Amino acid sequence: MSAVINADEARTLLAASIAGQLPDKRGRFGPFGGRYVPETLVPAFDRLEQGIAEHLHTDDFQDEFQSELRTWVGRPTALTHAPRLSERWGAEVWLKREDLAHTGAHKINNAIGQALLAKRLGAKRIIAETGAGQHGVASAAACARVGLPCRVYMGAVDIERQAPNVDRMLRLGAEVFPVETGDRTLRAAIDEALREWVTDPAETYYLIGSAVGAHPYPYLVRELQAVIGTEARAQVIAQAGGLPDATFACVGGGSNAIGLFYPLLGDQDIQLIGVEAGGTGSGLGQNAATLATGTPGVLQGSYSIILQNQDGNVQETHSISAGLDYSGVGPEHAFLQAVGRVKYVAASDDEALAALEELCETEGILTALETAHAYAAARRWAAKNPGKRILIGNSGRGDKDMPTLTQYPVRTSNNAAA
Amino acid sequence: MQPHERIGAAIAAANSAGRTGLVPFITAGYPDPGKFIETLEAVAAGGDVVELGVPFSDPMADGMTIQRSSFTAIENGVTLRWIFEQLAAAESGIDTPLVMMSYLNPLMSFGYENLARRARETGVCAFIVPDLPYEESEEIRLALESQGVGLIQLVTPATPDERLAMLAGASRGFLYAVTITGITGGDTGLPDSLADYLDKVAAVSPLPVCAGFGIRSAADVVNVGRHAAGAIVGSALVEVLERGENPTEFLKALR
Repeated sequence: MSAVINADEARTLLAASIAGQLPDKRGRFGPFGGRYVPETLVPAFDRLEQGIAEHLHTDDFQDEFQSELRTWVGRPTALTHAPRLSERWGAEVWLKREDLAHTGAHKINNAIGQALLAKRLGAKRIIAETGAGQHGVASAAACARVGLPCRVYMGAVDIERQAPNVDRMLRLGAEVFPVETGDRTLRAAIDEALREWVTDPAETYYLIGSAVGAHPYPYLVRELQAVIGTEARAQVIAQAGGLPDATFACVGGGSNAIGLFYPLLGDQDIQLIGVEAGGTGSGLGQNAATLATGTPGVLQGSYSIILQNQDGNVQETHSISAGLDYSGVGPEHAFLQAVGRVKYVAASDDEALAALEELCETEGILTALETAHAYAAARRWAAKNPGKRILIGNSGRGDKDMPTLTQYPVRTSNNAAA
Repeated sequence: MQPHERIGAAIAAANSAGRTGLVPFITAGYPDPGKFIETLEAVAAGGDVVELGVPFSDPMADGMTIQRSSFTAIENGVTLRWIFEQLAAAESGIDTPLVMMSYLNPLMSFGYENLARRARETGVCAFIVPDLPYEESEEIRLALESQGVGLIQLVTPATPDERLAMLAGASRGFLYAVTITGITGGDTGLPDSLADYLDKVAAVSPLPVCAGFGIRSAADVVNVGRHAAGAIVGSALVEVLERGENPTEFLKALR
């Protein structure tokens, strides 16, 4: 299998993508994607694929889903103009406020959508994995809403650094299962959730939290998250009078980014920029900049770009943000990079921290550490491209990051340590 | 005889001698890379076919025992390249057919054509790839078959009948019948419906059927042997090695 796409193929594939024809029948975005799962799960994936075809785009399902998005999640989320940040950057900055969605991040769009689907497919219980805890909280809330028991797999390292979210999940009635194997972060949590699913593929529904994994998950998650970009596109036209010049979103697995970017792919004048975790440096293991430094491979069900060593073992990663601390990335992002439609860059831990504080003091918004990476890259871009309109996916709020943030001195100008 | 045909012949020979074919599994280079060949020879002497595990960082179909042995082997520097080098350098030569179990990514990283060639050179007759369903397997399957090396298919109690027939026809070496709906190393015991399931699999398989997952004792081997040509013993053997005990004694007790 070759991950190299020539210029003619790239044009054809991008056109197919914009026309809504990808993934193809085999779950592929060009060469990326597919379904690499144990034989025990093959019938479960077939059922899921069939269930999606049967329900997802019917009026009946969409009425229920849209109603839940409106009256329970609180959509549409606001598009906020950021005048003070704009002035500092010499740009016109607009924020798509997924932090205002119920449970504090975009994750809820996918969680409630899949929980409703699971109910229709007759699932008896739901399992989910979580990194930062936002998907765990969203899954716990969605399961409570639809009345299904929920177990969340979470790496022991993440349980420690995202303690407030663990408590929220427990109060929402979910069971939190600590994962002590592997790297004890998101990747190990996904492995463990898959192992659990293998023991009960018929009655358990695996509610995956990002646009990763085997087909049809990357497609399903994109369809459920595309509400972000669809809303943002209409809002920015109505409020700003036109489309943005550039759009930024952070990328771990890539669900908020694909949700924001996908409805904008056809607007080819908009530069789309995904921002990965640059961690503490460019060396292997110091970051989670998968698309910038990774190579093609198969991890957790799909062929994508992954961080791996020369022997094909998956590399551990580092990021200050648990939600970006992942060695893989959704296959559609690998595809969008390969065909040249989206550019992927990295922002470091320090840049993300500085950007988080700048947004706090200019606009009164405490954003998530994950999201702060998008601001850091947008700030750099604005410095080189003055006077442009910029849309930023403000994917989540930062309250959950307080245990991490309190380890660093306050830098906000009024309160900075002397 | 093509390399993959040696596997069925070895199982058939055991059956002709009135025994259930025994397929012991070890994680290569575990617990001590320095004793890899010595351990392999001991295990090969007690089994009819040996399944050799390539350690991987994300063994999603494996339970705690094989996860632990994988992570330890990786820390000790065991890689696919190293395994082939050790096999090539083994002076005595190992007559027992070898089957390599690996997740797909290390094989993809190694390169399929190179993989097939090295496998043939070192006595590896077939591969088991637990995260590779048949639909995604064409590229590696054709590369392996060009060297006479097989790709063993797995079936499970969850596999629908039509798919079972398709996988049985596509397998090479033997057909791997997963006994339980779960991961390796389970201690829940073999299910009551096992006999019917294995009989159904054997009825459609042109190749010998070897049952694996959850087979831990001589009684399990006897139980499985009534309905399958062979029994695969993995986690229980890795636990023997983990405790520093002698695999020869353990395997002798299983025969």
